[in-house]
Amino acid sequence: MATRVIAGKTVQVNEEGFMTNPAEWDKEIAVELAKEEGISELTEAHWKVIEFCRESAKTSGKAPTLRQITTGAGVSTKELFALFPKGPAKKVARIAGLGKPEGCV
Amino acid sequence: MKKLVVLGAGTAGTMVANRLSKLLDMDEWQITMVDQDPVHYYQPGYLLIPFGMYSRKDVVKPKHYFVPRGAKLIVSPIERIEPDHNRVFLANGTTLDYDFLIIATGADIHPEETPGLAEEEWGKSIHTFYSLEGALTLAEKLSTWEGGRLVVNVVENPIKCPVAPLEFLMLADWYFHERGIRDRVELIYATPLPGAFTKPVSSKMLGELLVQKGIKVEPEYMIERVEPDAKKIISYDEREIEFDLLVSVPLNMGAPVIGKSGLGDELNYVPVNKYTFLSDAFANIFVLGDASNAPASKAGSVAHFAVDTFGENFVRYIRGQELLPLFDGHANCFLESGFGKGLLIDFNYETEPLPGRYPLPGIGPFTLLEESEVNHWGKLMFRWMYWNLLLKGQELPLSATMSMAGKWKA
Repeated sequence: MATRVIAGKTVQVNEEGFMTNPAEWDKEIAVELAKEEGISELTEAHWKVIEFCRESAKTSGKAPTLRQITTGAGVSTKELFALFPKGPAKKVARIAGLGKPEGCV
Repeated sequence: MKKLVVLGAGTAGTMVANRLSKLLDMDEWQITMVDQDPVHYYQPGYLLIPFGMYSRKDVVKPKHYFVPRGAKLIVSPIERIEPDHNRVFLANGTTLDYDFLIIATGADIHPEETPGLAEEEWGKSIHTFYSLEGALTLAEKLSTWEGGRLVVNVVENPIKCPVAPLEFLMLADWYFHERGIRDRVELIYATPLPGAFTKPVSSKMLGELLVQKGIKVEPEYMIERVEPDAKKIISYDEREIEFDLLVSVPLNMGAPVIGKSGLGDELNYVPVNKYTFLSDAFANIFVLGDASNAPASKAGSVAHFAVDTFGENFVRYIRGQELLPLFDGHANCFLESGFGKGLLIDFNYETEPLPGRYPLPGIGPFTLLEESEVNHWGKLMFRWMYWNLLLKGQELPLSATMSMAGKWKA
């Protein structure tokens, strides 16, 4: 397992750059990861979605799917795409320090 | 008498009823199957209908052919499940009590969930091959189509048979070559996935195959709506794709009765343990086939391997023994790639599809993730196996769990 330094902390990541231990995550890391994803500033609306995903993963053990986010966080799909352009479920999972949402093969 | 009720007599429900009728003492067990449709559909065959390779008669048989001895099939819609009271209400007025319930109500398409999709152009310039009627209408359309831009779009995952859209495109490439109009047809695949397929190795290899065949992929495409009059699809991030012919794989969802009975997630799939298929919420409910939320492919081969491991586990369970985590997510799919060739992929929860050889005594080896003629024949042969062996719960000479034998570590 590879490690890298984000916001001054050493964390474990997989080959696609997703953190593998959600417990190593904090808000400063999120800000850095968001920048890497092309989001220069995390607004309140972003944090609402990130926090929902963290909570959801705590109970289910995995990052929520796009549909689970829109139903659960009370945000429309359109808004979600505006907040996290192109592949929001994957993007928010990475910023929230969760694994990649489980795709169905 | 112990009562076992199986809801849904499609691929998974029929296989499990047949398998359990062999494993259980039928003097002590009463097996009742329920399905709203008296016809069994060979769904893998839908893919071949638009290209005139199969017709209706190749994909339908009466369900009662496949009801095991000693079991009963009731043809009726299901009204409601009351898991707290161990009973099921049917639309025909019957109430069924059960000791154990197996839910195998599958998944179906919901084109009405995408604005503009199933409106005035539905069946004209907008089609699907994910239903028998849809596939037959598309066959008619393709036979007279003069060319233009054909867009295949997957609305949202998970879908039944995740490889089918790729196969459709590769078969379309072949079909238009044969009709002598391939130079007048543009083939585009708009998919929510980041590439041709999910996992890295197969996505790369299948992606290269699509490039060779002149099929363009528009990745990470989440459709918001169709504008049927303007003949274009629009994504949530406002990418517009114009089409002359749209072949849609609409949103797939579990049965409405699952949602109505409070058993489902946001897509009406029942949450289960992915290794045993026991419902997370009820200790006497199991869910097999497409109806569960297990993160395996929604495909007949998965249902088959699942039933293989489930039968053994269920017998343990009713004796009071604990369930073993037997199912590994094994799937095994033949992909038609056109020009009389096919590919085979074999994978599970942990191991992505890899290249190599798939050994099968007497017939194989099949080539994994690589085109060959033997794979195409494997696929065609499969229909016979399905009707004659698989549904009747016979053992096939295939291991239920995945093996690394013959695979190359990428």
